[in-house]
Amino acid sequence: MNEYTTTRHNELVDPSLHIWGWEIPVYLFIGGLVAGMMIITGYFIFKGRYKDKACVCRVLPLLGMIILSAGMFTLFLDLEHKLYTWRLYLTFKVASPMSWGAWILIVVYPTMIASFLINVPEYFSKKFLWMDKISEKLQQHKYAVKNIGVVNMLLGGLLGIYTGVLLSALGARPLWNSSMLWLLFLVSGLSAASAFVHMVAKRVDERELLAKADNGFLILEIFVIALFIIGMVTSTKVHIDSALVLLSGIYAPAFWVFVLALGIVIPLIIQLLAVNHKIKHTPVAPIMVIVGGLVLRFVIVYAGQYTHWVDAGF
Amino acid sequence: MARFGMVIDTKKCVGCMDCVVACKTENDVPEAFNRDWIVQDVRGKNPDLHMEIRTERCNHCDNPPCVYCCPTGASHVHDLGGIVLVTHDLCIGCKACLASCPYDTRFIHPEGYADKCTFCVHRVEKGLDPACVSVCPTHCMYFGDLDDPNSQVSKLLTSRKNHSLIPEAGTKPQILYLV
Ligand code: SF4
Ligand code: SF4
Repeated sequence: MNEYTTTRHNELVDPSLHIWGWEIPVYLFIGGLVAGMMIITGYFIFKGRYKDKACVCRVLPLLGMIILSAGMFTLFLDLEHKLYTWRLYLTFKVASPMSWGAWILIVVYPTMIASFLINVPEYFSKKFLWMDKISEKLQQHKYAVKNIGVVNMLLGGLLGIYTGVLLSALGARPLWNSSMLWLLFLVSGLSAASAFVHMVAKRVDERELLAKADNGFLILEIFVIALFIIGMVTSTKVHIDSALVLLSGIYAPAFWVFVLALGIVIPLIIQLLAVNHKIKHTPVAPIMVIVGGLVLRFVIVYAGQYTHWVDAGF
Repeated sequence: MARFGMVIDTKKCVGCMDCVVACKTENDVPEAFNRDWIVQDVRGKNPDLHMEIRTERCNHCDNPPCVYCCPTGASHVHDLGGIVLVTHDLCIGCKACLASCPYDTRFIHPEGYADKCTFCVHRVEKGLDPACVSVCPTHCMYFGDLDDPNSQVSKLLTSRKNHSLIPEAGTKPQILYLV
């Protein structure tokens, strides 16, 4: 028997019961999604597709900026000492993934603005002639444009990776103590981004390409999740118990049904049929992938906060 | 340099919560929040039971994850005896430190910053003991320099069996419990 009585049975007193609410999973999802969008944009720019007026890489930077700003707003909502947010930018703390994230976000915006200016969509270039002029000048420098593509891919990678390291650096929550989290969030971000871009792309060949890429990412994600779980269940008691929270505990229904079945396996089957021209492309599978990615962040953040070192066996 | 820590005799602690009240009064801890608390840990099988009553708080860890993860430097190690503190007007309330502490010692103060035990640094600077230590009616708590082999805390640790909390989390806690 092990009976543990404390004077802290009060959720106002015990922070483990209320650290992060919905804001952080939403932000982490958006971070991953935009990271994936940047990598796709960077790839298209690098490949020279930006010259094509219908290329989705012309609109992605703008969409990315809008979506990321919404994510940063939810992050801001989560801060408890909002007036002091600027303190983030007076220092760089090398051991703090959150500090890395704050600075990565700062360099991500100029990169997206530069990508946007490479070939400004007509709607803007007609209204703001100066934008068109910048586009013309930029396009004369092929290597500069290619480098913007490379920087997009690199920063997208960093952004996606940091959203996972942010959690895995917090050793007090055993479920997050996995070196697979960054890969899981990066691959899930790439898959959600492929699904999103698939829906907004105008060109059929791009849609086909992204559906195929998404299938690849979804298959990879299944392997990464499997390795994440294997790493946990072959570790120490607290880690085994943490994995059980996902596998058979209170987060199991969300994990099996929404993350795995509805978020990965079923959309993968639908998209495999679609790319093999057995059925038509519809937004159903991409929407399932995107919602699945969001639920994945919720499950990992909430289940992680539920796990702890003191007398495991939750 | 001194390394401040606490030694707590679980054989003497009766769980009266005077330390909790002293802390709340001394540090003006807001209603519904605690910087220290009592735990009753009962293990074994009836009738062969072992009970330990402990007063717990921030362990002022020597390897403090809460300091490493803080993006602004608000959580820091004070020059005086390695006490772990939070500078209120540097803290943005991101709660990374709450998530990083294996002991769940931190909370967000209603004014928005992360808060926890300070070892009563304002008293220690004047050479006084922390409030909890000074009020304990059973004298079960000792505060002092763990680096000084002649201090009372060091001597207690060499003469009595002791343990820290969750040492496997690797944070090197500086509060030790005599058993
Ligand atoms: S007990 Fe928690 S808050 Fe205190 S120093 Fe250790 S990790 Fe930090
Ligand atoms: S809540 Fe404050 S003290 Fe804690 S990590 Fe964030 S900024 Fe640092």
